[in-house]
Amino acid sequence: MATQAETDATSPKHLRDKYAIVGVGETTYTRGSGITTRALGSWAVRNAIEDAGLKPADVDGMLSYQSGDSTFGTFIAGDLGIRPNFYMDVFGGGSSTEALIGIAIGVIEAGMCKTVAIFRAMNGFSQVRIGGTGARAAAPVAGDALHGRAYGWQSAGQMFAPTFMRHMYDYGTRPEQVAAVKAIHSEHASNNPKAFYKERYTVDDVLKSRFICKPLHLLDCCVETDNATAIIVTSADRARDGRHPRVLIRGVVGRCNKPRTDMHYQHGPISTVAGHYAREILWPNSGVGPEDIDVTGSYDAFTFTTMLQLEDYGFCKKGEGGAYVSDGTIRLGGRRPNNTSGGHLCEGYTHGMNMVIENVRQLRHDVDDSCPVGPDGKRQHTYDYREGGCRQVKKCDLTANLGWANPGTGSAMVMRRD
Amino acid sequence: MAVHGTYLGMPLDINDLDVENLAYFKHCASHDFHLQRCAACGLLRYPPTTACPWCASPKAQWMPVEARGAVHSYTEVHHAIQPAFKAHTPYLVLLVDLDTQKGKPSEHEALRVLGNLVQPNGTLAPQDMVKRVGIGTRVRMVFSDVAPGLALPQWTIDDSAPQPEKVWRYPIE
Repeated sequence: MATQAETDATSPKHLRDKYAIVGVGETTYTRGSGITTRALGSWAVRNAIEDAGLKPADVDGMLSYQSGDSTFGTFIAGDLGIRPNFYMDVFGGGSSTEALIGIAIGVIEAGMCKTVAIFRAMNGFSQVRIGGTGARAAAPVAGDALHGRAYGWQSAGQMFAPTFMRHMYDYGTRPEQVAAVKAIHSEHASNNPKAFYKERYTVDDVLKSRFICKPLHLLDCCVETDNATAIIVTSADRARDGRHPRVLIRGVVGRCNKPRTDMHYQHGPISTVAGHYAREILWPNSGVGPEDIDVTGSYDAFTFTTMLQLEDYGFCKKGEGGAYVSDGTIRLGGRRPNNTSGGHLCEGYTHGMNMVIENVRQLRHDVDDSCPVGPDGKRQHTYDYREGGCRQVKKCDLTANLGWANPGTGSAMVMRRD
Repeated sequence: MAVHGTYLGMPLDINDLDVENLAYFKHCASHDFHLQRCAACGLLRYPPTTACPWCASPKAQWMPVEARGAVHSYTEVHHAIQPAFKAHTPYLVLLVDLDTQKGKPSEHEALRVLGNLVQPNGTLAPQDMVKRVGIGTRVRMVFSDVAPGLALPQWTIDDSAPQPEKVWRYPIE
């Protein structure tokens, strides 16, 4: 009988460290932007180009992702005077960022263009609600959706919940362990002036917030916001002329899946997520392992998604994710902080790109916290992580981003400081 | 022929081209659960597909399936997204391992069929019933009628089956 192919999908190692992220940018994170996704997108891409020390004419590739809720790359290119030699707008949300960075490497390697701007622009609060309320909830239930939406099973939280519940059943994971993710990310956000929610929350706050769908309380769920984010990818050679130290891409894995992508719950264990497969590509491509990583960016659409991915990518033993996320490891000052910007739970929801941006800034040793700026234009980091203080990780040479689409699909990337 | 119905105020549609879903829901409308059985490898599959997930064969027959099983996982929805469900919270979405073909073709695979917890007549379960159900509960399939050619397969507590002494529920009620 045929089974899932066990092919070695790892890439040629000659691409390791040959591409870099040279610019990052974003809009403000708001609820009620008052402008179009086109205006948000051109704002973020302009900021990323400026951050890279480039001119729009230096960019000749455009990539974006969306779910029928945003503008296209051609409009952003037009607004900024970019003449693309390559562009593509792909369908999708979470897990797209790392996948598109891999695609950017591929198209540059193929000689199709030289420098790619990747963006995600969304009015995720004021237009197409990411939680699925409004227009998405009102659409007729047709065809394959009859097997899900007809049961009131539509939002991301509702659709991921069977995985989360089964993890608690299989491994004894406790509500207060998972709630620690929100508490810790909120501490990080309190040191991030641009975060939408800067207030610190406790584990108790999470557990006392109302239920959305078990096992998720309100504060286990991320924020919905309006914003755009952008990243500039080019070759490591071209990156030498940039404004910032180069951030080199060690390896990527894009939209890697569990079996039965049509309905991943058919193939168990359902408390295991796509990272279980993706890690077999990520770590060989990167030439490092989880023990080498200084900072993680594990997608926090929900508290549980952060935990499940850290576990399945091998940062702890399978089933020990609850302990890993609640023992102080992932806190600023801990052994391996996660989502130092506050992530989707607090900073803003961007379908994963803000977590890559944060790690780029960490690797530059130049996160935008409240530390004083010195005469060289760089922040003088204090490493005092109290509320309103520093969020720069003292030793940050290698980072891992773990992107999440759903329990069955994920992407990941390792970056390093030059 | 296309099917159109309304369920809890939601429009439900299956178009002319979607022959797999038309056949699946037509059997459900007769309160007779059927799944596709691969003509090449003999495995049943859920939900309907256009080829076999294990051997890629496009050929299949619709076979009657004994629709009983145990809850593999679930969610209890307190904040409904769709307006249709707001009057029915909290409601359960169950992921049920059918006894039929459980553990095949590999250890952790099963025909995992979604549905709400409902009363035997197909209406969403009342609160006292919701509180009795968790991982391990034995359930049997019943149907919510929507329109000619369309009923939704649902789950109700199987009173004829021995129930586990204790089912697993989320620790905070």
